Amino acid sequence: MIPELGNFALTLAGVLALGAAGVGLVAPRDEVMQRAAMSMVLGQWAFSFLAFAALTYAFVLDDFSVAYVANHSNSLLPWVYKVSAVWGGHEGSFLLWILIMGTWMLAFCLRSGQYPQHFTTRTIGVLSLLNLGFICFALFTSNPFLRLIPLTPADGADLNPLLQDFGLIVHPPLLYAGYVGLAIPFALAVAALLEGRVDATWARWTRTWTNMAWAFLTCGITLGSWWAYYELGWGGWWFWDPVENASFMPWLAATALVHSLSVTENRGTFKSWTLLLAITAFSFSLLGAFIVRSGVLTSVHSFAVDPERGMYILIFLALVVGGSLTLYALRATQTQVKVSYGVLSREFFMLINNVIMVVSLAVVLWGTLAPIGYEAISGGRISIGTPFFNAFFVPLGLLLLCALAFLPVLNWKRTKTEVLRSVYQAMAIAGVLGVMVWFALDPATIVVATAVALAVWVVITHIRQLVFRALRGSLPAAFIGMTLAHLGFAMGTVGIAVTATQSVESDVRMTPQSQVTLAGQQVTFTGVTNVQGPNYEAQQGIFILTDPDGRNAFELRPEKRRYLAGGNVMTEAGIKPGFFADTYISLGEPLDGGAWAVRLHYKPLVRWVWIGALLMAVGGVIAVFDKRYARQRRRVAAAQGSAATA
Amino acid sequence: MNPKRKQRLYLTVFLFLVAGGVTALLIQISGENMNMFYPPKDVVSGNAPVGERLRAGGMVMDGSVIRSTQNLGVTFVLTDHQGAEFSVRYTGILPDLFREGQGILVEGQLNNDGVLEATEVLAKHDENYMPPELMELQTAEQQQTPEPVMSAYPSSSMPLPQSSSDDS
Repeated sequence: MIPELGNFALTLAGVLALGAAGVGLVAPRDEVMQRAAMSMVLGQWAFSFLAFAALTYAFVLDDFSVAYVANHSNSLLPWVYKVSAVWGGHEGSFLLWILIMGTWMLAFCLRSGQYPQHFTTRTIGVLSLLNLGFICFALFTSNPFLRLIPLTPADGADLNPLLQDFGLIVHPPLLYAGYVGLAIPFALAVAALLEGRVDATWARWTRTWTNMAWAFLTCGITLGSWWAYYELGWGGWWFWDPVENASFMPWLAATALVHSLSVTENRGTFKSWTLLLAITAFSFSLLGAFIVRSGVLTSVHSFAVDPERGMYILIFLALVVGGSLTLYALRATQTQVKVSYGVLSREFFMLINNVIMVVSLAVVLWGTLAPIGYEAISGGRISIGTPFFNAFFVPLGLLLLCALAFLPVLNWKRTKTEVLRSVYQAMAIAGVLGVMVWFALDPATIVVATAVALAVWVVITHIRQLVFRALRGSLPAAFIGMTLAHLGFAMGTVGIAVTATQSVESDVRMTPQSQVTLAGQQVTFTGVTNVQGPNYEAQQGIFILTDPDGRNAFELRPEKRRYLAGGNVMTEAGIKPGFFADTYISLGEPLDGGAWAVRLHYKPLVRWVWIGALLMAVGGVIAVFDKRYARQRRRVAAAQGSAATA
Repeated sequence: MNPKRKQRLYLTVFLFLVAGGVTALLIQISGENMNMFYPPKDVVSGNAPVGERLRAGGMVMDGSVIRSTQNLGVTFVLTDHQGAEFSVRYTGILPDLFREGQGILVEGQLNNDGVLEATEVLAKHDENYMPPELMELQTAEQQQTPEPVMSAYPSSSMPLPQSSSDDS
């Protein structure tokens, strides 16, 4: 009964989405309709929530008559994973997507006091139209509430062991919050195009939402990378896998958008470019959904192959992209303004950022889609590997660091060349440091030394300007946020450069009580014991890490697990985490005579990659709390108050 | 031509040059880093180039897996069950789901003896996953096999890379 209610609630949410879309797009200036649109957003959220709750209920109570539950749960599954298994497969994760969409819309309505009512209503209309598309997709092609009656299985097929992890609990919700959050700048852009008005106020509103969505997306991708690192068992943290690329592409577009919005807000230029980026970023979110959910590519996250779903998303994608770009082509030219700026200006450096982001986007898009195109044309199969992406991302990353080092001292419009003296001083210090790094490491690693030097350069110029501003007493949150994000980028780059080139990895055959040396540490393998988990049995290897003199013993217990329900085998790594380096051990396979194949990793600075990315996300959120946004809210509130009393 | 137009012309030419350059680089570099896939019959017939990085795949032949007793070296034979088979040599850890009879992808170079020196061995990661390259082999082989009723585990179909080099 409950699943049917869930289905009904989802249908109602769809009906309300249709209503809000109609009202918002047809009669945005009618006051009654404006209020109706608002309440219909609340309704969409409430009914999506009910549908989601119904599915969760079916999971918690092991209702295996629901096909989706039977496919993704098992009575032995610990309850935490029963709850997170709700979004462990295609249908349920899409329900989560819809719930998150509803939540963003609701948040937008609650914070909409600062915008003109008709503009809010129009934006709600666009968002509801998108939500209608999502809900129809769920109802018609991937309904999670379908029953298996009368063929109800006695027990479920179990959740994929890879997903029985903390990572599944947090990674998809954060990632989806990022993907779906980009719908708000998209809807704001479409609404602005419909109104034919783009100004600094519009950019200011859009920035807040873009920064939030971007921060969620950043966290989601970072967690995914960390999860892959410790859960896949083989120590890689980024595989250039099509699905990783699918999340990376909207991120690149959104990063460009965050920067271009800042120019539009402060200088009133880049307007049509900003609108185009807002459309692009969300379109890549949808493309990502298509890649993951259509089965067009096969990868760790791909949901089961289903041409009907792929076709639906492709048509939806074509309508959204085609429709918004047509609107853009018809209206964008009306918004052009001529503003001049010199080469030594923030505008120009934002332009550099945008060019690099767009080129990166093109590279990732090509690397992801070329194999599909090749297969479609010639029927042969190819794969494009990591070297392709490295060939572009190494120089692009270094170039970005160079540009970043100049940014803190630059003004809008133009900057006096004298100001650059401090930048050059910083460059000298960083250069010396880079040469030292170069000598300390293997001489072959000139790229690493360059990356470290450039990152240090960025850090010095940013910190210097931060201190300078703090002493002058003008330290707005936006500046702190920007500095933090840029420092995070520098930190992440150092992490990537060092861990990608300085890691030690060896596959060895180890008999019990044997020892090997790994990057200056003694690794002793004491043997393997059998352990029993809640829904798996495992062979657990015991390794002792010590310094060469036998002190500072640390025990690692990697496991080879066999899950009872599906018989899947999983490698669970043993990790000694550290701020400066991780030691990572995973069990391969048992060999003759009690020996095991063992993979040992020493990964310096690998954590800097994720810490850096999280710093970027935190920076993006801090920037939202800048005083000027609060000032704007107060101003609007005051204006409305006086209008009400008058 | 007035200066404003001239400026716009320069800008347009510049943009086209950048876009063209990027496209040329993309095609060039992806060409250099592209791995073609070859089924067993192409490897045996000599269609697959010797000494170039490539991907190949097939089923692991029953009883063909030989582990070295000294180190992590292993050899096995990949077959399409239709008469074409070739040997693979690999040093390192095999994937969790590497078993005899299983579909496997290998990446590496063919040597002059027709043995594939693999640097990576990719296996399907769960019971329902088949590397797309092997899907055709599989369907040709067992055409009567009914579709699985429920395709469980929607989200776990990446062949886990088991590279002997650093894959980050």
